[in-house]
Amino acid sequence: MQAHQRMLDSTPDGLNSSEPPLLRTIGLTKRYGDFLANDDIDIDIRPGEIHALLGENGAGKSTLVKAIYGLIQPSAGEICWQGRPVVLSGPSEARSLGIGMVFQHFSLFDNLTVAENVALGLDGKESFKEMSARLEQVSKLYGLPLDPKREVWQLSVGQRQRIEIVRALMQDPKFLILDEPTAVLTPQEADQLFIVLERLKAEGRAVLYISHKLEEVKRLCDTATILRGGRKIETCNPRRETAASLARMMVGGDIKEVKAASGRKTTVPRLVVNDLSLVPAEAHGVRLEHISFELKGGEILGIAGVAGNGQDELFAALSGERLSKDPGTVVIEGIAAGHLSITQRRKLGAAFVPEERLGHGTAPRMKLSENALLTGHAASGMVHHGFIDTAATLKTVDRATEAFDVRKAKRDPEAASLSGGNLQKFIVGREILRNPAVLVVSQPTWGVDAGAAAVIRQALLDLATAGAAVLVTSQDLDELAEIADRIAVMFHGKLSAPLATREASREKLGLLMGGSSLEPKEAVHAVGP
Amino acid sequence: MELIEAIILAVLAASTPLLIAATGELVTERSGVLNLGVEGMMIVGAACGFAGAWLTGSVFVGALFGIVAGTMMSLIFALMALGLAVNQVATGLALTILGVGLSGLIGAGFVGERITPAVHLAVPGLTDIPLVGRVLFGEDAFVYFSIALVIGVWWFLYRTRAGLILRACGDNHVSAHALGYPVLRIRTFAVMFGGACAGLAGAYLPLAYTPFFIPGMTAGRGWIALALVVFSSWRPGRLVIGAYLFGAVTILQLHAQGWGIGIPSQFMSALPYLATVIVLVLLSRARSGGSTAPAALGTVFVPDR
Repeated sequence: MQAHQRMLDSTPDGLNSSEPPLLRTIGLTKRYGDFLANDDIDIDIRPGEIHALLGENGAGKSTLVKAIYGLIQPSAGEICWQGRPVVLSGPSEARSLGIGMVFQHFSLFDNLTVAENVALGLDGKESFKEMSARLEQVSKLYGLPLDPKREVWQLSVGQRQRIEIVRALMQDPKFLILDEPTAVLTPQEADQLFIVLERLKAEGRAVLYISHKLEEVKRLCDTATILRGGRKIETCNPRRETAASLARMMVGGDIKEVKAASGRKTTVPRLVVNDLSLVPAEAHGVRLEHISFELKGGEILGIAGVAGNGQDELFAALSGERLSKDPGTVVIEGIAAGHLSITQRRKLGAAFVPEERLGHGTAPRMKLSENALLTGHAASGMVHHGFIDTAATLKTVDRATEAFDVRKAKRDPEAASLSGGNLQKFIVGREILRNPAVLVVSQPTWGVDAGAAAVIRQALLDLATAGAAVLVTSQDLDELAEIADRIAVMFHGKLSAPLATREASREKLGLLMGGSSLEPKEAVHAVGP
Repeated sequence: MELIEAIILAVLAASTPLLIAATGELVTERSGVLNLGVEGMMIVGAACGFAGAWLTGSVFVGALFGIVAGTMMSLIFALMALGLAVNQVATGLALTILGVGLSGLIGAGFVGERITPAVHLAVPGLTDIPLVGRVLFGEDAFVYFSIALVIGVWWFLYRTRAGLILRACGDNHVSAHALGYPVLRIRTFAVMFGGACAGLAGAYLPLAYTPFFIPGMTAGRGWIALALVVFSSWRPGRLVIGAYLFGAVTILQLHAQGWGIGIPSQFMSALPYLATVIVLVLLSRARSGGSTAPAALGTVFVPDR
């Protein structure tokens, strides 16, 4: 009620020549122990603008929006809404002011229906029936179709995001925050989202758009604020900047360009998958259906697709976490391996890097040397007659550290103490140093800073040049365009026929990612440089 | 005819404490908390319930004593598992051990004493109808209350906003927190409700089932209630089926043993467990897709601030 009063009071000021910002943070600071997640950040959001918040992982973007949405309390500084300082004790207070939020990791409930999920995001002043009617109305108005009776676990990622957006719009927000909304969308779904955002802008609402996709920001946003290491670096007009200049501000230096060796030679097939079908092991899992491909030495095959379309299940089937009844479905180095365990497959020369770094790729509370032993014990001579050769495990750590520039506080720290990028460099390094014949890697640069990402991509290219077969699963089309020779798309547990990268346009891949088959309609742009 | 009526009455009496305790635990688990201390809360409820009734001469006051005792026990659990984020399995097991000891201490002075058990309903004309009269109109208040309780819980979970929020906490506490719901407070209330039900279910035993208190008289009913919640796929309707089925087979096999069927008595004693497991497994297989357990069940939640 009080908040409402404030809004009415501030209206006359709004009619003055220079409109006050809708939301302003002054010297906003958030401290976690010694760590400054946000350091003295000033930001202005004006009505009718799409404002980009740019920065690498760990730059403090999420912390800033959590403070604006009332999820965390700032340690210092203040937040002004329509010119008046406010203290937000929780999200419901932020919502009552007119601030809406669409989370990066959706705040949805898998076992509840769409309508129930929307109801939970509202303050419950209307009956469930009225709410359902309004849900239908809003979703139609903005062109975001939803079936209110479906349970969320049955929906695709794009549909889930639609729930979040409709839920936020139903509160009629003046200011909407979107946290990396396109990270999980196909290019076509992203285009639809941009239409919705343009419409919100035309209605005079403000949007804060968090992203690290620079082209997208240049195309969509009126203003951009760049954060680095918890500090504000610059506020600028992204249309007047180049992608390279924005990247420099984000990273604080130039990024090494990844170079493919010219004239890589492909050799014999090293990883062959024949008609692999597998029922999921978990509830809500994806069934793999008739997956076949052949991967030669010296070649990188990229698998694109929206997350949750069977990539995890395929990885498990290739690595031996799930066994298949028919040995011939997975052939490694000419040997039928579908029935072999993880260790046996490693002995054949295969190496695996899963998507999840902590808990899957490494045991978080164990030292790096112990982690190196866990994947390398069968094939790397770190164990003699059942006893661990500690010196050899430490040497493996040192080699990976040196070759891949892993930055850590001491020689052999716990895996969980490394930053995401450094740990990923260590994991990839640990596998590559074993000189694998086949490397299967899932989301190699997910959540990794740009510098480390370049190192990892270069390492994958070098490994292929040296004659190994590399399979990369990634949601980042730019990454696949940069390193893969061919790209296939995973959708609902099926794998499309691979396209040569130079023919795989964004449009073609987007259609496949959305489940359409490729019509002979010719695509316009190519992805790669 | 007399025998059938007697069997049905015995079945209802045997099933009621299971139904009350399991309904409470269902609400607790639907909020995402696994409290394995049902047996402990029940036995303390039994001791305190008997003490209350013996001291005041009122079964109603005894039932209240049981409810309060069960709630206090559950608050110990809430303090440990929610407040201090201790492992829920370990805390629940410890609560049962504590409860067994505590009930022996409280009940020591009451062993051998007797009370007047809960009165049964008597409606002139109706109660005397053969076969169904005493079953429908001649029960004690606990039986009627237990049925109202299950219906009330079903209504709460599926027809009210508060119930929706409680289920949301059990499905994904991170999301619930992100939307601004006080996850720990909601879970504390759910745990307390579970404790109150367990205490009442325990009190039922000395107040209505047998009119005296003996140490360890819950005899594993708390564990059966826990199992019923799992096998009912966390749904109140199936909980009723499971609880009555379990009670029915328990009573029937007792009678069957008396008739001298040539099956070892140990096998007969195991029948209720077997029958309940099979029926509820078949029921839960009928639903395709979707997970049945609350997704956040048993996980520790510490909000970041």
